[in-house]
Amino acid sequence: MSVFPPKEKALGMYKTMYKIRKYEESIYYLFLEGIMPGTIHQSTGEEASAVGMLYDLRKDDWMASTHRPAGHDIAKGISVKAMMCEMFGKAEGCCGGKGGAMHTGDISVGAMVANAIVGGNLPIAAGVAAAFKMQKKDNVVVCFFGDGASNEGSYHETMNAAGLWGLPVVYVCENNLYSANTSIKLTCCQENVAADRAAVYGIPSEVVDGNDVLAVNEAAARAIARARAGEGPTILELKTYRHGGHSRNDACGYRSKDEEKYWIQDRDPVKNFRKVLLEKLVVTDSELKAIEEEIEQEIDEAVEYAKNAPFPDNESALKNVFWEEK
Amino acid sequence: MAVMSVADAYRSAIAEEMRADPAVYCLGEDEDIPGGMGGAFTVTKGLGDEFGANVRVPTKHGFETKGLDIANDRVINTPISEILLAGMCVGSAMAGMRPVADLQYGDFLFCMMDQLVNQAAKMCYMSNGQVKIPMVMRAPCGATNRGAQHAQSLESYFIHVPGLKVICPSTAFDAKGMMKQAIRDNNPVLVFEHKLLYGGKRKEAGQLSALGEVPEMDYTIEFGKAAVRREGRDITIVANMLMWYKAMQAAEELEKEGISCEIIDPRSLVPFDYDTVTASVEKTGKLMIVHEDHYTGGWGAQLASYMAEHAIQLLDAPVVRIAAPDCPIPFSPVLENYVIPSKERIADAARRLAKL
Repeated sequence: MSVFPPKEKALGMYKTMYKIRKYEESIYYLFLEGIMPGTIHQSTGEEASAVGMLYDLRKDDWMASTHRPAGHDIAKGISVKAMMCEMFGKAEGCCGGKGGAMHTGDISVGAMVANAIVGGNLPIAAGVAAAFKMQKKDNVVVCFFGDGASNEGSYHETMNAAGLWGLPVVYVCENNLYSANTSIKLTCCQENVAADRAAVYGIPSEVVDGNDVLAVNEAAARAIARARAGEGPTILELKTYRHGGHSRNDACGYRSKDEEKYWIQDRDPVKNFRKVLLEKLVVTDSELKAIEEEIEQEIDEAVEYAKNAPFPDNESALKNVFWEEK
Repeated sequence: MAVMSVADAYRSAIAEEMRADPAVYCLGEDEDIPGGMGGAFTVTKGLGDEFGANVRVPTKHGFETKGLDIANDRVINTPISEILLAGMCVGSAMAGMRPVADLQYGDFLFCMMDQLVNQAAKMCYMSNGQVKIPMVMRAPCGATNRGAQHAQSLESYFIHVPGLKVICPSTAFDAKGMMKQAIRDNNPVLVFEHKLLYGGKRKEAGQLSALGEVPEMDYTIEFGKAAVRREGRDITIVANMLMWYKAMQAAEELEKEGISCEIIDPRSLVPFDYDTVTASVEKTGKLMIVHEDHYTGGWGAQLASYMAEHAIQLLDAPVVRIAAPDCPIPFSPVLENYVIPSKERIADAARRLAKL
């Protein structure tokens, strides 16, 4: 561990982590109440990955997410109000209600529409990175994927080319140990599913504690700086864990109680970072409580707003099939 | 006016658009390798000389490799990675570029199906119009004695996908004007190019001369406007690519027998010019559809059902569809000739239809 970040940054990271945690919790309860349509793939437990990777990314840098996008999108700067409206299928959702839980995005803050085909975003991120180079920009792309995506053909086709052409992209494997219900131990010979397969494509990699936001942030800084300096892609493999199931009906019967206790209670990224903040004496418990209450209020307001917001007009279903000039 | 082959017309369109707009670039396997073919059918040959490519060039003592300078080279020789190829198009298009990709053989479209159908076609829609995907995917098609995996006519798979435009130019004039339109379009455009119509330096058994006059000036051809290739009064024949050339040959014979055929080349399948077909059927009362694609679910099935739904009162006889039967395309030239609609088959069907 190198230098502890200044108080403003440390608190900023905590705020976003806490916001993601509370957003996901509220979504969970809205589903239990039966008032939210669709399905959910929650990122609870993976907040350090989203925030550590994206905290220092510029607004005009782009981010590509997966079917589990909420943490990434909030960390990249989409408001919880626009996210919540999208979850309810409302007109004011970040995608006008046409995207839904697995396709949230707002390109004005650099959040590409999230991609619900496993591995589907990998070559697209390469294309964005190539475009940045062709346009002589110094922007970079951060592309998240899961452990399961490392077994897709798109992973191998993309890494080969990204390494070959030195594209300005950071590929971030959020290895939460399970591809939906199946342990990665059943699907891959490597311990580090992405990082161990990086060298063959000429791409440097790091394995990082994905539940330690500061460790993630430092690795992110190295990888982003490499990409921005024209030194090519990096693969980061963040070891993490989702607190809930793959999707809303998954009770996680395939995980042991001991494993869940270890990851969820002992290694909770939000609680642990809170402890670190207090230990480092950058902040008092009452200061943190005030911050947390403010965030809880913001989420509650977003939920109320989204519940009451209007649905899109039926005619909008037929718009934007093809590009329409504004 | 210059006389050009279809292959040269495509190349000329791509080169002119690359000169006019720095956002346009080319990519594909073998796109332009010195000593190579320029794609599989010579269309992109030589573009690297003007626009820069990653190449391996012969030197006195062997070869020298010049890796891709992605910031400056505009002709990208890619690995054989169709998912990557299509994904590069989607991503770079989303970020402001206008990629023109070459697939070598349309049959490889299936290797990139996710990127075309789940990604390219849906990004504008799912984002509620936040992003556009101006990309061109060039897919050589048609049966040419290469066996079942290098022979298919694939247009109909893609007309079913909302968000994709599908065109099938077949003359030098259309090739240039429609390619320019495709590159300037703000949506994913699949361009089906029939291998027997290229007229390139690579000779193909059974190829037709599609040499044609192409204006020197800049021009584009709007999608969704069919071309009436021949005017007639008895039967309307709607046929695309190689098939309208065969229908023209059949029509010459039929004319001598007193059967007058009107031949319409739709040129673009999405959007489709139903109005021109309807106007023609209003005159002839009879409709025949000819395509090289299989019978079941081909674009002809869509046209026939559209006419049944909207214009059945204009029809004096059942719609006739001439298509490849529902079997993979066989290799043996004898068998291939048997399954691909021929001039004779079109003429025979027209004679029967004329009597109804």
